Amino acid sequence: MARIERQKRIIDFTLSSLLRRKGKNLALIAAYSWIVFLLASVLFITEAIRREAGLVLQDAPEIIVQRLVAGRQESIPVAYGEKIKTITGVRSVKGRLWGYYYDPTNGANYTLVVEEDRLKEAGRVIIGEGVARNVVGESYGTMPFVGYDGAYYFFEVAETLPADSSLVAADLIIVSATDFRALFGIAESLVTDIVVEVRNPREFETIAAKIKAMLPDTRPVLRDEILRTYDTLFDWRGGLIVIILLGSLMAFIIFAWDKATGLSAEEKREIGILKALGWETADVLMIKFWEGATVSLLAFFNGVLLAYAHVFLTESSLFEPVLKGWSVLYPRFALTPYINAYQLWALFFLTVVPYTVATIIPSWRAAIIDPDSVMRT
Amino acid sequence: MRTRKSHLLLVYLTLNLIAFCGMFVQAAHQRSASQAVLQRNRTLVRQLGLTDLCLFTDARYTRHPAMADLHTPFQDYPMSFEHFPSGSLMPPPPHLRSHGAH
Repeated sequence: MARIERQKRIIDFTLSSLLRRKGKNLALIAAYSWIVFLLASVLFITEAIRREAGLVLQDAPEIIVQRLVAGRQESIPVAYGEKIKTITGVRSVKGRLWGYYYDPTNGANYTLVVEEDRLKEAGRVIIGEGVARNVVGESYGTMPFVGYDGAYYFFEVAETLPADSSLVAADLIIVSATDFRALFGIAESLVTDIVVEVRNPREFETIAAKIKAMLPDTRPVLRDEILRTYDTLFDWRGGLIVIILLGSLMAFIIFAWDKATGLSAEEKREIGILKALGWETADVLMIKFWEGATVSLLAFFNGVLLAYAHVFLTESSLFEPVLKGWSVLYPRFALTPYINAYQLWALFFLTVVPYTVATIIPSWRAAIIDPDSVMRT
Repeated sequence: MRTRKSHLLLVYLTLNLIAFCGMFVQAAHQRSASQAVLQRNRTLVRQLGLTDLCLFTDARYTRHPAMADLHTPFQDYPMSFEHFPSGSLMPPPPHLRSHGAH
């Protein structure tokens, strides 16, 4: 009990000492919280997107065969599919028709997909939630398109996909094969790419190698590769993420540096007085430990809780301009929260521990000097 | 009796810890609530043969990064700089970086 009471008194003293420099310490907590908030927000959003991609794309096509001409993807002849079908181990081969359509009326890019089981009838479309949000014509029940030959097409909006499918289908427009071919002038003998299903999942690589050997101008993309694409999404080594992380890290290093390179004259005098009054070096260090721990714990809790609310309750509203970029259509980032104790421990050890340690070292240096000389300086 | 500062701090930290636990509870609840949506999206991916999440729609190679080739960011001419903001968020997929095309 006495030990707890002693610690409580030390905390009382520490808080009074912090409150004496209220402005400076509040600014410190605010800036420190902001750093934790940024790091935690990036951590939460990337993990949530990665996990969601991993779960949703589990049923993505097993192998997709594209045709490359001069390094670019081109339409692939249906006859290629017939050749692929002869490879032992191939269960089925199906041509996919899909492409992009730029809508000059609102600057949006749509992804047009053909799904004949869902939409056989020509002249009708099923649109994604993002398309419905942005297209004026949707309220009139039709959508205008300009074909490759300049001809106008008006498709009736048959259905809008549910809002919660936004993360996979915000910009989708499902059209019939007839309309797709008419719109883009694609011959019956061509498809965009070919989906290959394999009997034995362990043979994906072998079949892909056989396709490549049989049809050298093709590029097979495996499902594993699709999933790995999202594993490295928002890679910390690349792009804007590294800028955010570096900015935060630099700000944090400045804090730690400021603390580690020495105490203010006022803080040194305070330590000198305490020592002169009979406080032990261990007591002074305990005060400084609680000081560092209080500031960093408050910043850690504030930062993480605000980041959680930001990412999962406000759909990453602060990052919205960055995530939207130049997109006219964008999904609602209503992500499912995938948080784990490991992430938070990592964040805790990267922020709270270094700061707390950094506050103790200079205090230890001041506390072992003779109190008289500390007070005189 | 005057409230001690240490007590106020402990109460505040305890409240934060409770909020932390609440965060995990809310996350677990939301995860189980979104199972149906997840399943629906998986079905949509299977039916339509989708390969990518719809995160960015400004550039082809960030809308469908898994389907992109190394030329797509330089679609205007060989020396053109990659200029879409989403391109700075999304690196090229590993299968393009490691060994080019298959």
